Amino acid sequence: MNKSLHRFAILLAFWTLLLVVAGGLVTSNDAGLSVPDWPLSYGKLMPKMEGGIFYEHGHRMVATFDGLLMVAMCLWLWMKDARRWMKWLGTAAVIAGVFQGVLGGLTVIYLLPPAISVSHACLAQLYFSTTVAMVLFTSREWLAGSREITEKQDAPIRVLAIMVPLCVLGQLALGAAARHKALGTIWHICGSSIVTGAVLWFAVRILLHYPDHPALRKSAIALLGITFLQVFLGIAAYMSRIATVDAPQPMPIMILFTVLHVATGALTMAASVIAAIEVYRNVRPEHHFAAQGVPVTS
Amino acid sequence: MLLLATTLSVCACGSHPAAENTEPALPVATIDEANGATISGKVLFTGDKPSMPVIDMSANPMCERQHSTPQHAETVVINPNGTIRYAFVWIKDGLPKARWTPPQTSMTSVVLDQNGCVYRPHVLALMVGQQLEIDNSDPVNHNVHAEAQVNVAWNESQPPQADKKFKTFPREEIWFPVTCSVHPWMRAFLSVVSHPFFAVTGEDGAFTLKGVPPGSYTLEVIQEKFGRKTAQVAVAADESKTIDFTYTQ
Repeated sequence: MNKSLHRFAILLAFWTLLLVVAGGLVTSNDAGLSVPDWPLSYGKLMPKMEGGIFYEHGHRMVATFDGLLMVAMCLWLWMKDARRWMKWLGTAAVIAGVFQGVLGGLTVIYLLPPAISVSHACLAQLYFSTTVAMVLFTSREWLAGSREITEKQDAPIRVLAIMVPLCVLGQLALGAAARHKALGTIWHICGSSIVTGAVLWFAVRILLHYPDHPALRKSAIALLGITFLQVFLGIAAYMSRIATVDAPQPMPIMILFTVLHVATGALTMAASVIAAIEVYRNVRPEHHFAAQGVPVTS
Repeated sequence: MLLLATTLSVCACGSHPAAENTEPALPVATIDEANGATISGKVLFTGDKPSMPVIDMSANPMCERQHSTPQHAETVVINPNGTIRYAFVWIKDGLPKARWTPPQTSMTSVVLDQNGCVYRPHVLALMVGQQLEIDNSDPVNHNVHAEAQVNVAWNESQPPQADKKFKTFPREEIWFPVTCSVHPWMRAFLSVVSHPFFAVTGEDGAFTLKGVPPGSYTLEVIQEKFGRKTAQVAVAADESKTIDFTYTQ
């Protein structure tokens, strides 16, 4: 195990979460167009950081550093990591980061068209999930190898493991659409009950039927805890928005809960992706073992 | 996901819908002040006077220092005589289709000033093709974002002591916001009208539309918080009619 690489992956994931927070602050402060040009800001690398410019240009600075960290991560993987797929994951992440930057620029230049703004928000969540997956892939537990078990016929979870991150991504897209005024908030509120139900179903099934597998148990508990926190933050964000609807400007209480909700949304997405990865790594369909003539544990 | 985003980007970055004016040529019409009718009135308010929240300008101390007293939002401004300031009144329907030319008094630019990190005036209106002059009297940087839907939207910065900006709008578009993302409390409302029969109420809450051709019209008033109201009015040549609108809370 390369401890330094793992620590660097953790730094990258934390910095990317900070980037998600910075992006949430831009939208919540209505500062998305406070810098009208891109890639420079007012034709400079460093404009005067006043009012909304602090949030918009701050977001660009955090994003630039995140891009540099990802490039460094990719180079490190190509030089030191023996796994070919890991090298290509790093490369894909760099490309996604560049594309995300371009989307951010386009949304400024074309005055926040909802389609681009929502795409920017969704890709941010996927990008963050990738960085968290990199933390997992460089960890001691991962490198120690999988502990494969058979999928129980009365409690299948492999399909569910794919459905849950897709549901979460759809819910994040609905949230972004509400924030960028492409759809009403009601769709996001309705979606929350579906996603919460899907997460409960998935996580409780793991805890009830696969409780002895440490990696599955940990990922299910994390997903469950983060999702519950997210639901309460969603309620708080909505209530704070209603309470401050007549305010002449975005109010701190609304900004606080909304940004926390955005950040925890990213964590929910990442937790669901990690849980799906753990399921696909460790839980094998019965015919997999039968084909190999290996004794089956369950 | 990348494919989806690319597709969405390409779709969204296409040409603006309002770039070309494809309307057929219309006959030219001018105001007949000598024989035209006059429609006047007031926009009244009844009920408990709403108190407007104070704007927090602490995000930019330069803005805060320009005011000796707290600045309140101008969402609803009730005049001392019980009328409403910043209501937009216009003839919405009934005028013959024509290419109206502005009266001599309206040939000058309409001015939108950024003063004390507040747009002045809060509500303004101008004719299609009439010039909008945008000033920055503040010692701070602003960006001006015309959130038009029918006309082409734009977002431009205006530093302190920068040249005035001049803009025109080729299409009628009623009531869209002009905002500053540097100072999110800054918000004005702009209406671009295809004829000269419109007004914005001031300190007396009154409006007067002069030189209206004889006919039957739908008169509309728009107020930022209380919304829209309409009234029907028929006028003969040289006639004067009074129409008052009342908002209640």
